[in-house]
This record gives sequence, structure tokens and C-alpha cells, in this order.
Amino acid sequence: MRIETRSVGWRAGARQLVDAVTLDIRPGETFGLVGPNGSGKSTLLRLMAGLLKRPQGEVYLDDHPIISLTRRDVAQRIALVEQMADTSEALSVRDAVELGRTPWLSALAPFSAADAAIVEEALCAVGMRDMARAAWSTLSGGERQRVHIARALAQRPRLLILDEPTNHLDIHHQLSLLRLVSDLPVTVIMALHDLNQAMGCDRLGLMQDGRLVACGAPQDVLTPERLALIFRVRATALRDPADNATIFRFHNLKTP
Amino acid sequence: MTMQAAPVNATLRPTVVWGLSGVVILAVAILAGVVIGETPLSLSTVTAVFANNLFDAGFVVDPIDAGIIWSYRLPRTLVAAACGAGLALSGVVLQALVRNALADPYLLGVSAGAGTGAVAVTILGLGGGAIGISAGAFIGAALAFLLVAALARAAGGGSAELVLAGIAGSQLFNALTSFFIAKSANAEQARGIMFWLLGNLSGVRWPDVWLAAPAAGLGFLACLWFTRAMDAFSFGASSASSLGISVRQVQIVLIGAVTLMTATMVSLVGSIGFVGLVIPHAMRFMVGARHSLLVPASALAGAVFLIAADIVSRILISGQVVPIGVVTALVGAPGFALILIRNRRRA
Repeated sequence: MRIETRSVGWRAGARQLVDAVTLDIRPGETFGLVGPNGSGKSTLLRLMAGLLKRPQGEVYLDDHPIISLTRRDVAQRIALVEQMADTSEALSVRDAVELGRTPWLSALAPFSAADAAIVEEALCAVGMRDMARAAWSTLSGGERQRVHIARALAQRPRLLILDEPTNHLDIHHQLSLLRLVSDLPVTVIMALHDLNQAMGCDRLGLMQDGRLVACGAPQDVLTPERLALIFRVRATALRDPADNATIFRFHNLKTP
Repeated sequence: MTMQAAPVNATLRPTVVWGLSGVVILAVAILAGVVIGETPLSLSTVTAVFANNLFDAGFVVDPIDAGIIWSYRLPRTLVAAACGAGLALSGVVLQALVRNALADPYLLGVSAGAGTGAVAVTILGLGGGAIGISAGAFIGAALAFLLVAALARAAGGGSAELVLAGIAGSQLFNALTSFFIAKSANAEQARGIMFWLLGNLSGVRWPDVWLAAPAAGLGFLACLWFTRAMDAFSFGASSASSLGISVRQVQIVLIGAVTLMTATMVSLVGSIGFVGLVIPHAMRFMVGARHSLLVPASALAGAVFLIAADIVSRILISGQVVPIGVVTALVGAPGFALILIRNRRRA
């Protein structure tokens, strides 16, 4: 699904968290959002999911303004995995994943065998099928993150928005998650902190102080100058002989 | 597809079985509420009176027994059932929407506000007789909730702030109630009101049933309609919204239902604590956190619990009725302590 933002922004009190961001994300693309802490990545993702009140600018989903759609319409198209969503309810893993079917169910369309199959598939995709009966409170941070992702997959969205999805995950699950989302036939937008992982996206958007300062192919966005200026690190670009991919190694900037 | 018929039956059958067992349990509890009491009555007398009134059967029954059963114990038991269900459902809704294990109409000041409203109407004569005691309680409950919600919002809007604001609101409205009583009531009025505030089903008659039962029924339907929405609140309002729930609409309807139920119940029987808090937690323990089960289970358990509490309040001390709020608190306070301990272990 195509999603377009036209100079969207959001202000919290005196602080402009996101400022006039214009983006056009193509169907099927895996789009990475990078930037230092507090640069507005999470807020921009929430704006794209239509979750914030009184936004500036407009968001379009396949040329429909998002504000013309009901919450249910939006949820049938977009799934969002936010950071640190927690619950004190005594839910099982399967209960939490079944929540993903919510936008597709109604009094006339109750939870069916087809929904159960979708939930099962989502559990398998994140490797949590054997833990389906486990209680939420017994899960580790990484396991919770995988359940959230399974919940988003069970929503069968056409656009998947992930806020730092590899947080808390061990290296194996980080890699399998990134492989999983890039193999999905849906548009994916994710905020990432690991710049080497970000290099695997189709395109990157770089944010600083609420503004989109660069957007394009990863190697064009993450230049040594920008890494120094925005991330305040010195980066050496290395080449992996196995697949010729570019790997960054980071150092502290030398204090002059 | 031939596959489709089977799963529908498979989901429908347990629903019907559970629903029927619920009705049977409730009927037995109501019957017990009518049979047990200071004046011992036989089951056959009770059946005969029911048959006379429902089907005009014409059995010969002592008119005093008939009066006790039909005009006194039955409406009292039915109102107890409706109150128990309504308060338990209010607890379920508030705990789901506020996402705090301690939320219940008592803690959030709704009960206290209803009490103040009722006292303002009866003692101060607010509204000049144009509004009844139920309407007064409803307005008081709604005002209390708005005030508590506004205070919580001003304090940062978190769920801990809401509970703290609720405590402040409860204290304020309880103080107002006491102030009204001290200022305007004579000794006899004051005693009556204090007794009423502790929860009292003594004065309940049929007209009260026609207020309590529809309020509980409407609240139950609203809760049933939004079971999936309440599930979606498990991970917070933002998560519910991204799952396609119209958060504001759900909050308005469900909080409205809670206000209606609590206000009606408090105006009829006074404030009965702990039902809204303890019953939902006990039911979570038994049937799990999914609202499709939790809502009917809590409604049933609340109804049965309050009928039982009413029976105990009538027979605990012979010749005297203990306020039902005292009975629920005697059971509820230890239950509350258990919840606190369980929550600490989980965190």
C-alpha cells in the first residue's frame, strides 16, 4: 500500500516534535527511519498510523486522506508495533496475538476457524508457537516484542509500521525478524537504531529535530558527513567480502 | 463450504450451555434469597405464591406469608441481584478502561458522588421535588466522575493519577454528604441516612425493581457489545486505537453505562463497597481475562454474591438487619488485600 505524508507535523506544548515532513512511500517498499534519540521518529510513525489528535498536514493511504477513514478502516490497512506496550492483564501469548484480529471481527463476524489459522500462522512466523499458552507476565522482553509483532501480522495489514522492532531481541531473532518483514508482501516502515541494519532497507529517511533531513537509498543517506554531523560519530565504511555489503564501524568524534 | 457449519456450532454450543447454567444458578440463588430469612418459609409455600402471582394458580396460602414472599423478599432479592451484577460490571469496565487493578466505582468516587446527590435531593430538597432521589444520585455520580477525570487529567492523566484523584474525590463527596446531614438533617433523618449509606435493602419494593433491573440489563448489554473493545484496551488506549477501536466512543458509552448502573444502585440501596473490586478479580482468576467470558461471569457472580450477602445480613444477628455494606466489606476487605499481594508478586 502507498502512504504519503504532506508536510505533516505535530506539536506537544511548545515543542514541535515533527515538523513539515513530506514522504511518499511506495507499495511493497521497506522503508527505514533513522535519527538520534528524540528526533521525532516515533511521533512520525504515530502520525502515519493516524493515532495523534490535531495533526498538521495530511496523510494519504492509497490517495485517500486518512482522516476520511474510520479507525476500523485504518486498522484493516495499518498495523503498528509501538515500543514498550505492556499489560497487567493475565493474557496468554495466544490471547495477545488474537487481539490482532479485532479490526476484522464484529458481532456478525465472530472469531472463526479462518481467524484461528491466521493467528497460528503469525505465531509460527515469530517462532512463538510452542509458547502460545505461556502467560504474558512470564515472557522476556524479546519474547514480548515477538508477540507484538505476531499480533501485528495477525492483523493482516497492507502497511506494517514498526517502532524499533529489533529492541530487546537477541541477534538471531533480530536477523530473522528483519528477514521476515522484508519478505512480507506488504509495505513496511520501521524506525531503526542499528545503522548497519538500516542499510538493508530499500530506502531510508533521516530525521533530526523533527525534520526529515535526507531521504533516499541507504548509501546516499548515511554518508560519513551526515553521520558525523547528526549522529556525532566517525564512521569507517568496511566491505564484507562475503556479499560486498557496506558495514560501518563507529568511533567517537575526536574532540578538537 | 461444508467446513463452516462445524466451527459455528462448536462456538455456539458452549455459549448456550454456559448461558443456561448461568440462568439456573441465578434462579437458585433468587429462590434461596426468598426462602431463607427470619420467618422460615417452606419451598412449597414459596412455589405456591409464585404460581399464584405469575399464573393466577389459586393455591391457598397464608396472606401474611404471601405478602412477605411477593412484596418483600422477592423484590429485595431481585434488587440485590441487579445491584450485584451492576456493581461487578462497573468494576470490570473501569478496570479495563483505566487499566488499573484497583479501579472500581467506590474507589473512583462515583459511589460517593451518587450518595451526595441523593442526600442533596432528600435533605436539602435540591431541585424542589422536580428531581427524584435516583436522578439526584445520577447527577451526583456523573459530576463526581467528571471531576475525578478532570483532576486526573490535570495531574498528568496516568492510571495512578486517576486512582489518586478518585480517592480525593471520594473524600470530598463523602465530606459533603456528612456536611449536608450535619447541617440540615434532624437526628432521625441522620440515622436513617447513615444506615442507608452503609447499604440497606430493607425498604426495597417492586418499583425499585423496575429501576434496578433495566439499569443492570442495559449495562450488561453495553458491556457485552463492547467485550472485544475492552480486550483491545489490554495494551492501552493507543494500542486499542491502532486495533481499530474508536476509543472515545467506547469510553463515552461504557463510562455512561457505569454511571447509570452505579447511580441507580446507590440511589436504591446506598453505597455497597468491594463488589465492583473483588468480583471481577475473582472471576479473572476463574475464567481468565477475556471479556467475552469475564463480563457474563462477573455479572452472574456479582448477582449471586450480593444475594448471599443480603441473606447473611438478614440472619447474622437475629431480630436485626446488619447493613449489607458491612457484610460485603467483611468479605471484600480480605479479598482486596489478596489482590494487592497478588499484584505485587506479578510486578
